[in-house]
Amino acid sequence: MSQHVPMHEGLFTWPSRKPQLLGSRCNQCSEASFPAQPDCRNCGSRDTDIVELGDRGTLWTWTIQTFMPKQPYHSDETAETFRPYGVGYVEMPGGVRVEARLQANSPEDLQIGMPMQLDIIPFRTEENGEQKMTFSFSPVMET
Amino acid sequence: MDVAIIGIGLHRFGRSPDMTGMQQGASAVRAALTDAGLSWQDMQFAYGGSQDAGNADALVNELGLTGLQFTNIWNGCATGGSSLHAAYSAIKSGEYDVGVVVGFDKHPRGAFNPQPKEWGLDDWYGETGLMLTTQFFALKTQRYMHDHGITEDALIRVSEKAFNNGSLTPTAWRQQAFSYEEIANSAMVSHPLRKYMFCSPAEGGAALIICNADKAHQYSTNPLFLKAAAVRTRHYGSFEVFAPSQAMTVADAPTVTASNAAFEVAGIGPEDIDVIQLQDTDSGTEIMHMAENGFCDHGEQEKLLREGATGINGRMPINTDGGCLANGEPVGASGLRQVYEVCVQLRGEGGARQVPNQPKVGYTHVYGAPGISGVNIITK
Repeated sequence: MSQHVPMHEGLFTWPSRKPQLLGSRCNQCSEASFPAQPDCRNCGSRDTDIVELGDRGTLWTWTIQTFMPKQPYHSDETAETFRPYGVGYVEMPGGVRVEARLQANSPEDLQIGMPMQLDIIPFRTEENGEQKMTFSFSPVMET
Repeated sequence: MDVAIIGIGLHRFGRSPDMTGMQQGASAVRAALTDAGLSWQDMQFAYGGSQDAGNADALVNELGLTGLQFTNIWNGCATGGSSLHAAYSAIKSGEYDVGVVVGFDKHPRGAFNPQPKEWGLDDWYGETGLMLTTQFFALKTQRYMHDHGITEDALIRVSEKAFNNGSLTPTAWRQQAFSYEEIANSAMVSHPLRKYMFCSPAEGGAALIICNADKAHQYSTNPLFLKAAAVRTRHYGSFEVFAPSQAMTVADAPTVTASNAAFEVAGIGPEDIDVIQLQDTDSGTEIMHMAENGFCDHGEQEKLLREGATGINGRMPINTDGGCLANGEPVGASGLRQVYEVCVQLRGEGGARQVPNQPKVGYTHVYGAPGISGVNIITK
C-alpha cells in the first residue's frame, strides 16, 4: 500500500480523519497567516502560535488554469493528460484568505461567495511509491 | 535640485533573434546617447536591470570600460521604475550631474516561471501550480469586476485600444489591430482573461540619459523634467501577487501609495496629466490601475472606456504606444519603455499616435512582483 505524505509539513493536520488547514496567529495583534510563519507580517512580532484555520470557507475569488504551467510545476501530468484546474482564494473562519487549487474547473461551477470545503487530495506519486498529498477546496454539496 | 531627461533610446521590443538581451540594452544606450548628443565617456553613473539577460553592469564590455559607477537594480517587473528612481536620487543628491538608466531583457517564449525560493516561498507553492502571474491578475480582476460592476466589455475595449495604438506605433511589437469580436472570441486563458487580453514576455531595451536640470540646456534644446519619481512596496492587507494567503483587512495597493507620493512631490493632481502610461500586463490590470492611480473612481472605468476617454484622442490617453499588450514585456526594459513613450509624446514626436493639443505633463506607472509600484511624473 502506498504511503500518503503531505507536499510540505505543516500545511494541514495529517494524518487525520477530518484534516484542518494550519496557519499561525500572532499573540500581539491576533492576525492570522497561511502557511504558518514564526513572525507576524502585520506587526513584526515573533510571538506567534500555530493554529487550525478550519476546513470550510467561502470562495472570495477564482480563476481557471487552462494551460499546464512550466517548471516549477511538478505533477504527474503530461501535456496530453493535463486537466485544467481551478484556483481561488477561500476566506477561512480562522480570519485569513487562503490561495488553493479548486476541484471544480468549469466557470459554471464556481461563484464568488459560495461555501467551500477542504479536501486533501493525492497530487503526485514519487518514484519510491509515496503519494504526495496537497490541499484543495471543492464546492459544498447541499444534502 | 530638479532632474532633466535629455536623451531617450529604444531597442525595438519583440524578438531580435540575432542579438543577446545585453546587446539590445547596449543598442538602447547608444540610441539614447545619440539622441542626447553625448558619448558613453560623458556618463558619470549608470543604473540598470534585467531579469533573464545578465547583469546590467556587464554592458561596460560593450560600451566602454570607463570606470563609471554602475549599479544593478532588480525589483521584479518594477525594475525600470526602480532604476529610474535610483538615478533620480543620485542627481537630486548632488553627487552626479549626468548619467544613464538602462533596462533590457530576453525571455524564453511562454509564460514566466518564477521560482518560489527567490520570492521567500516554499517549493510546494510552485510545484502545485499556484505561482503564476497570469493567475494572480485573473484572480484580482475577477474580484474587482464583482466588487465594482465591471463587465467583460471593459476588458475587451482595453485590448482593442492597445492593439489599435500598437498598429500606429512603428516600434511596437504587435502591429496588428484586432476587432472587438476577435478579442471577445479569443481563447480563455485564465478566467476572465482571454488570449488577446494578456501581454507576452518579449525582448528589447530602453535607456534614458538624465542630468541635473540646471545644466540641461548645456546638453539639450528640448529637455524634459522628471518632476517626481516614487517607488513603494505593499502594506499588510493589499492583495498582491505571489501571496499564499492574504489578510481580511484591506489596505491601499502600493500603486495607490506610490501615486499619492509622486503627485505630492510634483505638487499636481491626476487632473493635470495629459498623457498616461499604466502597467497593462493584461487588460484587467489596466482597468484597476486607472483607479489605483487616481484617474477615476472604482467602477467608473467601464463608462470611460465606452466613451473612448482613454484613447489617443480622449481626455485621458492611456498607453498611447499600445502598452505592454502591444509591446510585450521584457521585464528589465518595460518601465523605461513607458517613460520613453511619454517623452516622445511630450516632444510632439508621436506621429500617427500623437496625442493632440501639445501634451505638457505625462505620467508613468509600473507594477511588479511581489507588490511594488513605481510612478514617474514628467513635464515639458
